Amino acid sequence: MLNKSSLKKIPRWIPAYYILMAFWFLSTALHIPDGYLSPATTTVMTILVLPFWIIGLKKLREKISAKTVSAVALFAAFSFVIMMFNVPLPGGTTGHAVGGALAAIILGPEIATIAISIALVIQAIFFGDGGILAIGANCFNLAVILPYVSYAIYQAFSRNQPLDSKRRILGSAVGGWAGLTIAAFVTAVQFGIQPAFWHAADGTPLYAPYPLSVAIPAMVIPHILVASVVEGLITALVVAYLIRANKPALEFVNKIETSSAPSNAPKWRTLWIGLAVLIVITPLGLLAPGTAWGEWGAEELTSLGFSFIPEGLEKLSGLWSAPMPDYEIPAIQNPTVAYILSAIIGIFIVVGLVWLFAKLVAIGRKPEPQKS
Amino acid sequence: MKQPLKSRNRSGIIERTLTDINNTLEQSVFAEKISRRGGLLQVVDPRIKLISMIVFLLTVGLTRQLAVLGILCAFTFLLAALSAIPIGFFIKRVWGFVLLFTGIIALPAIFITPGPAIADLPFGLSVTKTGVQTALFLILRSGTSVSFTILTILTTPWADLLKALGVLRVPDVPILILGMTYRYIHLFLHLTDEMFLSRKSRTLRKLSGKEERRLVGEVASHLLGKSLHLSSEVYLAMESRGYRGYPKTINVFQIRWVDWCYSGAMLAILSAALWFGK
Repeated sequence: MLNKSSLKKIPRWIPAYYILMAFWFLSTALHIPDGYLSPATTTVMTILVLPFWIIGLKKLREKISAKTVSAVALFAAFSFVIMMFNVPLPGGTTGHAVGGALAAIILGPEIATIAISIALVIQAIFFGDGGILAIGANCFNLAVILPYVSYAIYQAFSRNQPLDSKRRILGSAVGGWAGLTIAAFVTAVQFGIQPAFWHAADGTPLYAPYPLSVAIPAMVIPHILVASVVEGLITALVVAYLIRANKPALEFVNKIETSSAPSNAPKWRTLWIGLAVLIVITPLGLLAPGTAWGEWGAEELTSLGFSFIPEGLEKLSGLWSAPMPDYEIPAIQNPTVAYILSAIIGIFIVVGLVWLFAKLVAIGRKPEPQKS
Repeated sequence: MKQPLKSRNRSGIIERTLTDINNTLEQSVFAEKISRRGGLLQVVDPRIKLISMIVFLLTVGLTRQLAVLGILCAFTFLLAALSAIPIGFFIKRVWGFVLLFTGIIALPAIFITPGPAIADLPFGLSVTKTGVQTALFLILRSGTSVSFTILTILTTPWADLLKALGVLRVPDVPILILGMTYRYIHLFLHLTDEMFLSRKSRTLRKLSGKEERRLVGEVASHLLGKSLHLSSEVYLAMESRGYRGYPKTINVFQIRWVDWCYSGAMLAILSAALWFGK
């Protein structure tokens, strides 16, 4: 299919160096433009982000007073403006921050999702910065992954700590840094799966052209070194200032939480941890020889000693070709990584669909009386 | 777009942030000015424009033929010319950005995409046919998408665009927040501009990295405090004007013959593009 002989002539270091330099530009913005992801990918990403929008809006509309509408608008405006700040790094370079970690610390991750999404939508629709079809993907990376990860880390550092604790500053710095780095990783996965799934008959990639082996280091390394450092730095600088001068701002999220904290939160946490463990151990299945009982394909039936394959089975077996056959992702050589990635993608899709279904059912029911 | 400052010295973060902020303000004022000119896209109903933008972007996304992408790209230039948008400005705004950004990202793909080599270069590099094609796909796709998005933005006043979002079944509350946010972005940009400018006017020497970081942290925190404080005041102002938890909009859009013509033309062009771009 592909002529790999021409690739062998290329010295390995040249493309690696050049791509690192190229992605540098992209990584400081992280706003995916249209044309980089296939419409199928952007649709899936929009479906994935929907439940988070619904949670955020629900929290906004029902659990808190209408006052939060203006707070979110103001905070979205703040996120937008903060994205324009040039933050100087030790060593002389500067970079732009997203402000997602800060939004999560002040507003809580659910409402931060709405505030950052609004800022991203305004950038896309009113300023043409970032794609329109890619809004779902951009919101998933920057308005869901970034605030939720940063908030979890900040909480881990500052739980039960007094308001003026130094651990809060440390937690916000680490949270911002890790949140944006993981967001960059997720973005790189979206880029990296494009050439494997969407290419022309002659092998020409139709969208972002680099495989996972190139996209992940090219996106993640510059983030670890620069962009995420900026995010961590601005978050820590602001939290440090708030501790000095404006402590009530740090308690803003608590005011929201106390009115709506779900009583079964720990149970859910255990469930998620269990799920994460299951994802990590999915490659265990690779150790077992053979195919799951009853899941044989037409070829395997023959090898099992069947001399006759039903005509219908033979015909239908070619009807559906899965995007990830046997949980292998063509672009990833390492089967363990591919397995884990398939598990994560699968769980996201399943959880997303179940959530959406539950929401649709809930919408169909009689609405609760509106609190004003 | 970032523009280099005229000063010869390497500019500090105050100047750079000031330039960025002023460029954004200038851009949005210029967009409003163009949206008031008499041109083809300016007279089309915002709802039709919004829907045709999404269909256009989808078509560009689904096309698998370079020639069709090229034609759609040329079509955006025609629309720009018919909509009284200065072509030089349009090229600079769209293609300057796309070539700088996507061009640099697409360039290595020319050499490292596996495929038949069409030219050999020194250092063991060779240009491959699939590499050139994939780079063109990326550049044309993202350039054409950005072109049409910018055309829509430049020819539609933001208030109309916002109202048109209602057609896409976007719930009222997000639209309300979007509108308020857009309004307050301008306020905050002015505020930040003033804060940095006042600091600049009191600065005689170049600030050290540590001082600059401290300054950025203080300005950002002050802005945050201001936004939290303002939010309660804005809410009181909204409540005193009759806001009861759900927004109301006055809708005055009307579909006219020009909208039907535009929709028909777009439908024909995009169906043809989808057919030939398979």
